[in-house]
This record gives sequence, structure tokens and C-alpha cells, in this order.
Amino acid sequence: MDLFEYQARDLLASHGVPVLPGGVAETPEQAEAIAREIGQTVVVKAQVKVGGRGKAGGVKLADNPEDAKARAQDILGLDIKGHITHRVMVAQASDIAEEYYFSYLLDRSNRTFLAMASKEGGMEIEQLAVERPEALARIPVDATVGVDSQKAAEIVDAAGFPAEVRDQVIAIAVQLWDTFAKEDATLVEVNPLAKAPDGTVLALDAKVTLDANADFRHENRAALEDAASADPLEARAKEKDLNYVKLEGEVGIIGNGAGLVMSTLDVVAYAGEEFGGVKPANFLDIGGGASAEVMANGLEIILSDPAVKSVFVNVFGGITACDAVANGIVQALGILGDEATKPLVVRLDGNNVEEGRRILAEADHPLVTLVDTMDGAARRAAELAA
Amino acid sequence: MSIFLNENSKVIVQGMTGSEGMKHTQRMLASGTAIVGGVNPRKAGQSVDFDGTSVPVFGGVAEAMKETGADVSVIFVPPPFAKAAVIEAVDAQIGLAVVITEGIPVHDSTYFWAHAQGGSTRIIGPNCPGLISPGRSNAGIIPANITKQGKIGLVSKSGTLTYQMMYELRDIGFSTAVGIGGDPVIGTTHIDCLQAFQDDPETEAIVMIGEIGGDAEERAADFVKANVTKPVVGYVAGFTAPEGKTMGHAGAIVSGSAGTAQAKKEALEAAGVRVGKTPSETARLMREIVG
Repeated sequence: MDLFEYQARDLLASHGVPVLPGGVAETPEQAEAIAREIGQTVVVKAQVKVGGRGKAGGVKLADNPEDAKARAQDILGLDIKGHITHRVMVAQASDIAEEYYFSYLLDRSNRTFLAMASKEGGMEIEQLAVERPEALARIPVDATVGVDSQKAAEIVDAAGFPAEVRDQVIAIAVQLWDTFAKEDATLVEVNPLAKAPDGTVLALDAKVTLDANADFRHENRAALEDAASADPLEARAKEKDLNYVKLEGEVGIIGNGAGLVMSTLDVVAYAGEEFGGVKPANFLDIGGGASAEVMANGLEIILSDPAVKSVFVNVFGGITACDAVANGIVQALGILGDEATKPLVVRLDGNNVEEGRRILAEADHPLVTLVDTMDGAARRAAELAA
Repeated sequence: MSIFLNENSKVIVQGMTGSEGMKHTQRMLASGTAIVGGVNPRKAGQSVDFDGTSVPVFGGVAEAMKETGADVSVIFVPPPFAKAAVIEAVDAQIGLAVVITEGIPVHDSTYFWAHAQGGSTRIIGPNCPGLISPGRSNAGIIPANITKQGKIGLVSKSGTLTYQMMYELRDIGFSTAVGIGGDPVIGTTHIDCLQAFQDDPETEAIVMIGEIGGDAEERAADFVKANVTKPVVGYVAGFTAPEGKTMGHAGAIVSGSAGTAQAKKEALEAAGVRVGKTPSETARLMREIVG
């Protein structure tokens, strides 16, 4: 889960990382109140999970509380690259003497953690990595050892931070590691890490990504979710513990196993090219078990999507054999009753496939078409949605 | 021959007495796997009956290995305790630890992978279906009755696509099928399996299944070009996956322009791997080679 800047800032602050005073506002009045409390020039920043908000008019300075209210009024509701601004962060404005960069991240390719640091911050780090790779220090961090002040010094010295900020940055590097490790983050990025004119080093903007697999050992993770921007179908699916992603298409997809479902989306998109560009409407993995109840929950979500014109149920019967899956589909349609209104193309393969197909043929549900192959079923589902 | 797992493999199950552990231990036994013990410190000294086969429960992996000669552990321990379970298996120096558990925090898997470096344990997974050498042994949750022993080697990030491919090519059969798992950090990679299949005299051709996320497929493509002389057929899932969304597997995510299916397909094709557009087409390509 990617955090908003204000959430990342709070998380960093809770691990001792120096940040400027500020708060988050959902209304212009709240923004005004925060600015009044800060009592000096503030910056009002759109809280969206996308870059380039400055250029889009999502970051403004305000000299006084009234001004902060007006700026918040401008920014709230702003559409930044398809992300609607529901909140602004109001923070004390700071003059910047120098900008640096610091991050920890999961390095998938090398199966380790990586510290990246540069005394040239502010710009997009991807750009820096391409244009001036020598200016970006990349130091692997052993997961079994972590970062103490000695390791932090190694990173800071590799990046060549100026002597006058070295000790401060080392301390911050340890605090950022503390955040990264204790919060189960896969990314903690501070850009810019800034030196104020008085020499103090502060985290001015931060990106944090948290590992959802670790939610069980952290309290209040649900509170960090962005309910306001969530797709309503995705939110409902989540409540039912379904692995669902909404897409922009017309063929509803249900399958078992993440890889098979991804593959199903692709096969439907290929088949759809023949029928005027019909596309898959969603990703939905009901898991290896594929019980009747889960099937019914999944069908219910997909059928309630107004964009869906046909549904492709693609199941490989492994541990749960095809006869059990077929019974599940029949029962699910029974549970849904009149709510089932769109044609279903079913493809079953694997263990007890003949028995599974027999069960579906005997049930003879008017909405169900049985097709033997995945490619053929995808073609039929696309045709029905065209 | 086969890779990593054969008829002499002696398998223990960590987390055998949990519901998933019980269900799959039963299935592994039914498919002929030599299950020699379970591990659960709270039930040490007991034994569990699986349709007439009594399997002893040990307090720890080291003890189980000492008593039974086990060289493989299949791990069903739930996410909060999985890190400790894998570390225990590594410290006991078991040859192969197959981590089935889904939902392990990536800080934990990165830790146990680092901990295993320089040791004598191969880790497969986490978040994987395990591996099967059909007719010989089955360590994990792969259905044993959808294929037979044969000459194709298979390595895949995805469980159900593994099953689909095994089933489509069931008349030819498989030396070993390895589900390496869909997490961002996994113990055994496509490359490890490609090397093992290249060295396995029984394996005549290899199917490699990948999906969006990371650069494992691109690395595997480079490896194939430099080191694999046996024919390799590939499949990649997730061409239609949107950027920034996790597609079921924790590792299946396109980040910016990195990790796309298109880039993986192109890398594989540039290495001489024939890549199918659909699973069925991939099976047909393999049939042309070994049929």
C-alpha cells in the first residue's frame, strides 16, 4: 500500500525523523485552522499518490491563515492526472539551502534491501540514476544485519554528503531504517531531504510503501487505506475477502489461481480484438478451493458491474475437482436467482472434467454456455460482450 | 532422473497438524511421497494416522532429521511463524525447504533468504505450490493425478498455470514440475531450475512460465542464451495488467515501465525461446519439439 505524503510524514516523525510542523485538512476551514496554529508562511500541498502535482497547481504557498484557506479551496477537488484531491497537507514553509536524496527499498532482483543516497536531491531519482549515475550511491543492506550508525556512515560517505551535515544525515539514516524495518515498508524515500538555511536537515517530502502481507502485525493499518478514492466494486470485493481488481472492459472474469486469471485476461483481450476491441472487465481470483459460496460472492460482484456484458468462468480443477466446481457454479446461480442476468461462458478442465461438464449440462441453466477450451471459451465470451 | 526431488526423498512436514498441513500430507502420502514425520513442538511424541499410515510428530526439524533421515521439509506454517520455521529448517541443514505458506511479509522472506546464504538448504517458495517429480515424489500441493512421469521439465511462478500445462501435456509427461512462487523474494529462481533441468539427463525440453513483476524472466532469458542447450518454450501472463495494481500474487505488479509482460516476452524471444500467446499455444509449441 502506498501512503499519502501526510501519512508518510507522520510515520517518519513517529520514528524520530525531523519534519516540519503541519497537518492534514479535508476542508478549507481545517486548512485555515492548521495555518493559524503554525503562525507563519505555510505550504498547501495536494495529497495525491502521483507525481507532478506542483506543475498541476497542487502545491501553493500561503502567507496567512486566510490565504491558506483560499489556496486549499483551489486545490481541494483538483484532478491531478486522474487523481482527485480529497485532502491537502498544510505544513510550515521552509527555505531550502540544499536538497539531498535518501531511500531504502526492497531490491527484488538481488533479493536484498538497498540504500540509495545522493547529495543531489529534488529531481526525480529515476532521472538522476540515468543522467548522473555516479551521483547516486547504491549500498546493499543485509536483511539479517540492518543499518546501525556505522552502516549509515558507510552509506552517507559513499554519497559524499557535505561534512557539515554528515552527522545529522547519519542519524536520519538510522531513523529511516528504523521506519523501514519496523513498519514493514518496501519503500521509504525522502526527496528532498533538505538543509534549511540554519543548517538543520529535514525530511520535506516522503514516499512510503507498506507491505500488505505484514498487516497482521501492525495495528490500525486499515485506517491508512484511502477509502475515498477506492473503486466501489473493489471495496465491496475486499469486504468479502475476494482478490478483485476492476479494469476497463466488458467481459467479467472469474478464475482460480492468480497466474491462470492473468492469463485469462490476456486470452480474452486477444479474442476481443476480433469483436471490436472487447476487453476483460476485471481480475478475480477465487483461489484453489473455488467453493460455491466464494463463487456466488464473486459472481455477485461481477454481475453488479454495469460495464459487464458477459462473464467467463475459467477454472482448472486440481485439488478441488471439476465436479465440485460445477456443483459450486450451479449452487451459486441458485443463490443469485434473478440477480444472475448476464450470459456465462464456463470452461472447466482438469480432474473429473467429464463429470463436471455433465453436471453443468444437466443443470441446463439458460445463461450458461459450456466451452471445452480456454481459447474457445474466451472467444465466445468476447463475442457475447460485443 | 528428476530435479531436487526423487523416489528416495524423505519428506517431513512443518505445520503438519494444522488443517492445510493435514489435508496436503494426506494427499502427498496418497501420491506415493515418503512422508516420514511432522514437526510441531507442542505435539512432539504423538503420531498422526493418515488412512492407516502412522506419521510421527517431532519437536523440531533437527530431531526429525536425526530420527528419520529426512532431507526435504514442506512448510505449511502460517505467516506469523513462517520465518522461524524456515530458519529452523536452514539451521538444521535440511537439503530442501519447500515453503507453501502464502502471505509471508517480504521482510521475513528477505531475512530467511539472506540467512540461508552459504548454508546447505535450497529454499523453494514462499507462496508456491511446491514441486512434483511425477511417479516419484510430491512435495507440496500440486495435484498428482493430472500428469505422469516423462521428459519435460517445468518451472513456473504460478500454481494453476503449472497444473494447466501439466494437464495439457499429460501424454508426454514431466521429469519435474517446480512452482517457484509468486512473491517478490523467492528462494529458487527460474535460473536455478533451468540449470538443474539442463543438467538432468531425463529432461529433454523445458517449459518456463512467468508473469508480470520484477525482472526474473529477463534474467532467465540471458541465462538460457548463455547456458541452456535444451529447447525452451515460454509463456508469460499479464499483458493486460494495469500499472501499479497487484494481480493476486504479491509480486505480480507492473511498476512504472518495469516488469511488463511484453518486455519479458521480448527478452525470452531474443534468447531463442519460443513464447506461446496462450497456455494452449505454448503446449502446442512444446508438442512440436518433443511430440
